[in-house]
Amino acid sequence: MTQPAPSARHNGPDKEDPTGPGRAGATAPAAPPPVKTGGAGPALGLRLDVRVLSLLGVLAALVLVGGITEPDAFLDTGNLQLILTQASVIGVVTVGMTFVITSGGIDLSVGAMVALASVWATTLATQEYGFAGIAFTAVIVGVAAGLVNGVLIAYGGMVPFIATLAMLASARGLALMITDGKTQIVTVDSVLSLGLPDSYILGVPPLVLMFAAVTVIGWLILNRTTFGRRTVAVGGNAEAARLAGIDVRRQRLYLYLLSGLCCGIAAFMLIVLSGSGQNTNGNLYELDAIAAAIIGGTLLSGGRGTIVGSVLGVLIFTTITNIFALNNLQSDVQQIAKGAIIVAAVLVQRRTLRGADT
Amino acid sequence: MPETSRRGLLFGATALSAGALLTACTSNEPKNAQPAGNSQPAADDKPGKAVTIGFAGPQADHGWLNAINVNAKSRAEEYSEVSLEITEGSNDTAAQIGQVKTLINKKVDVLVILPADGKALTQVGLEAMKAGIPVVNLDRIFASPQAYRCWVGGDNYGMGLNAGHYIGEQLKDKANAKVVELAGIDNLELTKQRSQGFSDALKNYPNIKLVARQAAEFTVESGQAKMAQLLQAQKQFDALWNHDDDQGVGALRAIQQAGRDEFIMVGGAGAKSAMDAIKADNGVLKATVLYPPTMAASAIDLARALGQNKGINGLSEMEIPTSLTLYSAVVTKDNIDQYLPTGFN
Repeated sequence: MTQPAPSARHNGPDKEDPTGPGRAGATAPAAPPPVKTGGAGPALGLRLDVRVLSLLGVLAALVLVGGITEPDAFLDTGNLQLILTQASVIGVVTVGMTFVITSGGIDLSVGAMVALASVWATTLATQEYGFAGIAFTAVIVGVAAGLVNGVLIAYGGMVPFIATLAMLASARGLALMITDGKTQIVTVDSVLSLGLPDSYILGVPPLVLMFAAVTVIGWLILNRTTFGRRTVAVGGNAEAARLAGIDVRRQRLYLYLLSGLCCGIAAFMLIVLSGSGQNTNGNLYELDAIAAAIIGGTLLSGGRGTIVGSVLGVLIFTTITNIFALNNLQSDVQQIAKGAIIVAAVLVQRRTLRGADT
Repeated sequence: MPETSRRGLLFGATALSAGALLTACTSNEPKNAQPAGNSQPAADDKPGKAVTIGFAGPQADHGWLNAINVNAKSRAEEYSEVSLEITEGSNDTAAQIGQVKTLINKKVDVLVILPADGKALTQVGLEAMKAGIPVVNLDRIFASPQAYRCWVGGDNYGMGLNAGHYIGEQLKDKANAKVVELAGIDNLELTKQRSQGFSDALKNYPNIKLVARQAAEFTVESGQAKMAQLLQAQKQFDALWNHDDDQGVGALRAIQQAGRDEFIMVGGAGAKSAMDAIKADNGVLKATVLYPPTMAASAIDLARALGQNKGINGLSEMEIPTSLTLYSAVVTKDNIDQYLPTGFN
C-alpha cells in the first residue's frame, strides 16, 4: 500500500453505486477525462491498488491452506503446472469477458461459443487439414459468432443479455447438430502433442504461455491504447462517450468480436487439453468468467475493468478446485464451500476498499 | 485499433465468408457408416398387425443417449409393420410432458418413454395407461408401477458391483492395494447406485482400499479436469473405476498427460473408443462395464409385442414381463469381439 492516494482517487467516480440511478449523472463529467488525458496519472508499470493486493491476499491464504492440508501434493511442480493449465482455458475467456463487462455489456454465450468452435474444429473434415485446419477453424468460428453478437447488439439495438442468450441457445444447438451427440476425438498428432509434457518450454506448458500472452496483450489493450480507454468510457457513460466523439456502436461491435475471438482461442486450447471436441465443452463458462471478472474488481455496471484482477479471480477459483480435489472433498461440499469463498472474497474486498477510501 | 470502418468491414466480410466456406466443406460424414450394432430382434419376427409406436426420448447431447435414439430407430425399421412416431428429444421435463401428451392425442398404439426425469413424468405415464395406451418405460424408472406396463433398463448398481469384482479379482493378491473412483454426475440417482455397488463389491476384498473419489460431469472436459486432479492427489494407486466412457476420453487424456501407467482402468457404458482401446491393449484401460444402449431396441421389440398381444420367443409366459433389467457385462480383451458391434460413438 505504497500509494493509497491514486487508487483511492481512481475509485472515486465508481463509489456512486449506492446512490443508485443517479449514478449516470454523477459519472458523466468523470468519464471523458481518461479519453483525453490518456491516464496520465500513475502511468508507470502495474498499479498495485488495494483491490489487487486483497486478491493476492486471498490467493496467498489459499496457497497456505493447500500447503498445510496437502503439503506433498500441493506444492509439487506438477501440481502448480496443473493449476496454471486448468486456469488457462477459462482464463482466456475471462480476458475477453472483462472487456465486454468493462464496456457495460455482458456475454452469456462464451461457453456455447467455445463448444461450437471446438466441435466445428474437430469435425473429420477439418481434421484432414491438420494443425492449421483445426486452429484456423476454431478461431474463425469464434470470431464469426462474436461478430454476430456484435452486429445484433451494436447495430440491431438488442440488449446484450438477450442477444447473447440467443447465441447461447443457438450455438449450443448448432454444436449438438454438428456432433450428433458424439464425442469427436482428435487424431492429429501435432495438436495432441502440444498438450503433453514433452512440449513444455522450460517447464511451462504451451497452454499456459498462450494464456500469459493473451493476458499481457489484453492488459496492454485495456490500459495502454485508445481502444482500451474508449472501452472504459463507453462503459462509464455511453452518451458522454458518444459526445466525446467515440463511435460507440463500432466500439461495441469490436468488443463482442474480441470476446468471440478469445472463445475461439480458448476452444483451440481446450481441444489441445482434452484431445477432443464435444458439444458439452465450455459448460457454464459464462458464469465462471463473469464471477472471476467481478471478483477481480471489474464493475458489472461497466466503467471499470481490470485484467490483472480477472486473472487473479480465475487463479483463485482454480486453486480452490485443486485444493478440494487434493483433499478428496465430495462435490456437494465443494459447491457449498465455493459459494462461501466467493462471498468471503467479495466481502473482504469491500471492507478493504472502504478502509482505503476513508 | 483500426480507425477506418472499411478495414472493419473487410475483416467482417472475410470472417463471414470463411464461416460460409467452413459450413460448405466441413462435415462429419463418417468414413464408413456405423452398423446398428445389435444382433437379432427379440420378439417373434413374423410380421403381425400394424403397430404405431410413439417414442419420446432424450435430447442426444451425450454419446450414450444418442445411441439410444439410433438403436430405437434402426430396430423399428427392421419391422415392416411398425411405424415409429418420434418426438424431438428433450431434457426439459415440461417439454417432454407436452410431447408425450401429443403422442397420446395422436392415439399411438404403444408408447416408449425414456423420461428426462422418471419421477416428474410419472403423471403423464399414468395418463397414457388410463387412455389405454400401454407404456414401455425405458431406463429412468417412473415413480409408480401403475404408470407403465413394462420397464426395461440398465443395472446401475450391477455396473458398480461388476466393476468392483473385476478390479477385486485383478488385485486380490496385492497387499494394501489402492483404488480410485471417478464418478459421474453426483446429483443423479444412478451415480449413487453405481458407487454403492462398487463399494459393496470391494468389501469382499479386505486388501483393497478406496483412497479417493471425485465426481465429474459425464463430459470429456470434466473427465480430463477431475482426473488430472486425482492423479496429482494420488501419486500411486493400483486401479481406477471410471463411471462413464465419454468422460473416460478426457480421463485417458489426463493420464497420458501425466505420463502415468502404474494402474489398471475400468470404464463404464461401453463406448466404441473405449472398446477399441481395450482391444488394442496399449494403455491402462483394460475393461469397461456395459450399460447397453441396445435396451432401446429391446424396448421397441417389447412395444411391438404389446401392440400385437404377443409374448416373447423363448419364454413360456403368455405376456411380456413387467420388468427387464439388463446385465452389466464386463468387457475385456478376452470377450471384446463379441461386444465390439454394440460400441457407440
